[in-house]
Amino acid sequence: MAEWKSICTLEEIPRLGSRVVRSTSGNIAVFRTSGGEVFALRDQCPHKGGPLSQGLVHGNQVTCPLHGWKLRLDSGEAVAPDQGCSRRYPVRVESGTVFLEI
Amino acid sequence: MRKKKLVMVGNGMAGVRTLEELLKIAPEQYEITVFGAEPHPNYNRILLSPVLAGEMTIQDIILNDHGWYAQHGITLHLGKKVDTIDRVQRRVIADDGTEATYDRLLLSTGSSPFILPVPGNDLPGVISYRDIADTDAMIDAARHYRHAVVIGGGLLGLEAANGLKLRGMDVTVIHLAEWLLERQLDQTAGRMLQKSLEDRGLKFLLGKQTEMLIAGESGRVAAIRLKDGLQIPADLVVMAVGIRPNTALAESAGIYCQRGIVVNDTMQTYDPKIYAVGECVAHRGVAYGLVAPLFEQGKVAANHLANYGISRYTGSVTSTKLKVTGIDLFSAGDFFGNHETEEIVLNDAAGGVYKKLVIRDNRLVGGVLYGDTADGPWYFQLLRDGQDIHEIRDHLLFGQSHVGDVGHQGHSKAAAMADSAEVCGCNGVSKGSIVKAIKEKGLFTLDDIRKHTKASSSCGSCSGLCEQILAATIGGAYTPAASNRKAVCGCTDYSHQEVRDAIRAQHLLTVSDVMRFLEWRTPDGCDKCRPALNYYLISTWPHEALDDPRSRLINERAHANIQKDGTYSVVPRMWGGVTTASELRRIADVADKYQVPTIKVTGGQRIDLLGIRKEDLIGVWKDLGMPSGHAYGKSIRTVKTCVGLEHCRFGTQLAMNMGVKLEKMLFDMYAPHKVKLAVSGCPRNCAEAGIKDVGVIGVDSGYELYVGGNGGIKTEVAQFFAKVKSDEEVLEYSGAFLQLYREEGFYLERTCHYLERVGLDHARRLVVEDEENRKALYGRLLAELKDARDPWAERIAGVERNEYEMLSV
Repeated sequence: MAEWKSICTLEEIPRLGSRVVRSTSGNIAVFRTSGGEVFALRDQCPHKGGPLSQGLVHGNQVTCPLHGWKLRLDSGEAVAPDQGCSRRYPVRVESGTVFLEI
Repeated sequence: MRKKKLVMVGNGMAGVRTLEELLKIAPEQYEITVFGAEPHPNYNRILLSPVLAGEMTIQDIILNDHGWYAQHGITLHLGKKVDTIDRVQRRVIADDGTEATYDRLLLSTGSSPFILPVPGNDLPGVISYRDIADTDAMIDAARHYRHAVVIGGGLLGLEAANGLKLRGMDVTVIHLAEWLLERQLDQTAGRMLQKSLEDRGLKFLLGKQTEMLIAGESGRVAAIRLKDGLQIPADLVVMAVGIRPNTALAESAGIYCQRGIVVNDTMQTYDPKIYAVGECVAHRGVAYGLVAPLFEQGKVAANHLANYGISRYTGSVTSTKLKVTGIDLFSAGDFFGNHETEEIVLNDAAGGVYKKLVIRDNRLVGGVLYGDTADGPWYFQLLRDGQDIHEIRDHLLFGQSHVGDVGHQGHSKAAAMADSAEVCGCNGVSKGSIVKAIKEKGLFTLDDIRKHTKASSSCGSCSGLCEQILAATIGGAYTPAASNRKAVCGCTDYSHQEVRDAIRAQHLLTVSDVMRFLEWRTPDGCDKCRPALNYYLISTWPHEALDDPRSRLINERAHANIQKDGTYSVVPRMWGGVTTASELRRIADVADKYQVPTIKVTGGQRIDLLGIRKEDLIGVWKDLGMPSGHAYGKSIRTVKTCVGLEHCRFGTQLAMNMGVKLEKMLFDMYAPHKVKLAVSGCPRNCAEAGIKDVGVIGVDSGYELYVGGNGGIKTEVAQFFAKVKSDEEVLEYSGAFLQLYREEGFYLERTCHYLERVGLDHARRLVVEDEENRKALYGRLLAELKDARDPWAERIAGVERNEYEMLSV
């Protein structure tokens, strides 16, 4: 049963950056965009498993550090013409604290 | 607010490309209506010849299907020809009465084939070669008739003749001029082309004029008579004697036309609400018939339709390629030459190779290649860039592979490669899959190829080859941008040079300032532009512009090198490749403590610890007690040395000592790309200084300096730069050269690419010959590096701690 868990404060995730959350079901990358939105994806690129958390965030996308695939943060889908998807996790921010549903 | 209305008349390649460019930058601005006289959506007219030759089908060449128009909310009227423009009420009216009002009108009515004014030119069986209907008519004629005559030995005529021949017809080409393709080839190349086409069974009548076309019993054309009385059978006559811009509609609306709809540099006609692009246009008196210039026009028109108002079309230099499989010819620029030009010619008639390059004032102004066109794109680039070629003049004719490029960029010749041959070694992409993608997906640029096939998207060493394949596949449609005008990435149209200039002139200090000032299309840029902007900022305004870690790719952000499994490698600095027992002992202890799976000696004379988890990085650095080797950065890497006069019986200079001094001076220096140096103590050059960005070779009387060498992607031998006497001069000359590169190089340009662009003479003039400038450059480098800090030490002290800590739930 998935439940909401507090992981850090919003300030602990750099703007246009990310943090990695260790979980029993593998690492989860939590991203913060320039607009302050927070997204969470499984920390694994559908291409060759690269750690998305280490990529560069731009707009609502992250570029994988290994081979440059671009994934949409809101859906986990690869940007065309690439095809693939990384699992998305629900995440919300409440009075400055980031919660992740896992 | 009501959306403005944009109406486009003419649904061809130039017009639709304009819409695509417009939708890219201002997708919501207009409600768009398109009128097309043909019943088809936009297709790739250039590829009609392969369709005729049976190498492709109509379906293959559709560029924008009905779905594309629907997806962008474009109202599409096919099979309707607009015959009236009412400029007062701002509306257009089609022949079936359909009306549309506009705020902006875009005319892309294209051109029509010129029909010879001879008797019989309207007989059944007499056609031109322009669209899908003509192509179908030819394919049909080939099934039922035997004799075809093509009037006109230009590009289109020869492609038609070749296609009809392949479809089994007996084909004669009648041409007015003395040789084929007289506007694209000189006489020698024209004759060679004629011979190889004759070998394929085509017949030619040159210097002949048509008098009349004669009908047979059925009323269909049956023969053609020439002015000299010769008469030959003809069941099909294809007129390919040229095109004329379709200006009737514009003229009827009172828009000024003069051999085309006259437009200014913003693609505006004399009515400022009406724009025009494509073959119907006369820009500065020139009407273009090749697609590449038309695409450039489309981009400019889109920019102005979107109210950006910052781009101008200033005309194009074009190149030509014949799309007849198995025949390679290429021409560009002024290939006839005149009394002010010189020519370099290679003429191997038996081998079927002819090359002529026309040079004026040490610059390439034109050229014709026949038989071996692999270097066509390279010559064309030199021509467009206006690059000074006197340094490479003696081997210019032999192509790019002879100017020092032994990577696969110039070695493999695109045309000669098998479809199965691997082009991109990084991503395993074959020539066949690139060609397939180009044809099926209608790709026109190197960037398209990168996106769709991944070829050339990693190390980029096959970019040249991909460009060759592109040129070979789509012919004249491909035009490389002049290298100093290439856009930084898809987020902007500005080039690296323009961005650098703006940062300096406007005193811009942050990445977001640059994006705002230059109106970036994306909110935060992308992984291509952000690192480039960050570098330009910190190198233009050192100590003033702050480094932005979020604009660094992971390696430079984490100060370690990410590996395929997500772990990192750690390379501590060993100054000049010299180490001590104590350092080695600490490395061994770290390897034990963190269970480092692989320890490797690098090519840069130091030791790489591979497989370190990110959260262990700070601990590893701390235990090593050595500074960062920057083995991960677009920065100074190593100074490789030999043992030098310190130990070697042949040594003439203290190579290790010189190397350590250089490396200490350059510590923490970021650059457009990585920078490697080497110092050898004698001309035996054991430190391999000949393939380094700066190579120093000790000789009895001092040092020889070499620059622009490269041992990686593009193996390049360093070029002699200067001879100096003292260690201090080595530091000053090397430092000044590297500072020049840091200030002028484009991001991700190695010194060899930089020198290829600006010329070695330029660097020599500013560094070797101009003492004052050299000292100024050197001074700026030292000032910038005066408070260089070890990034590892900073992180041990707590900087960017978040980067290395994981969260848990």
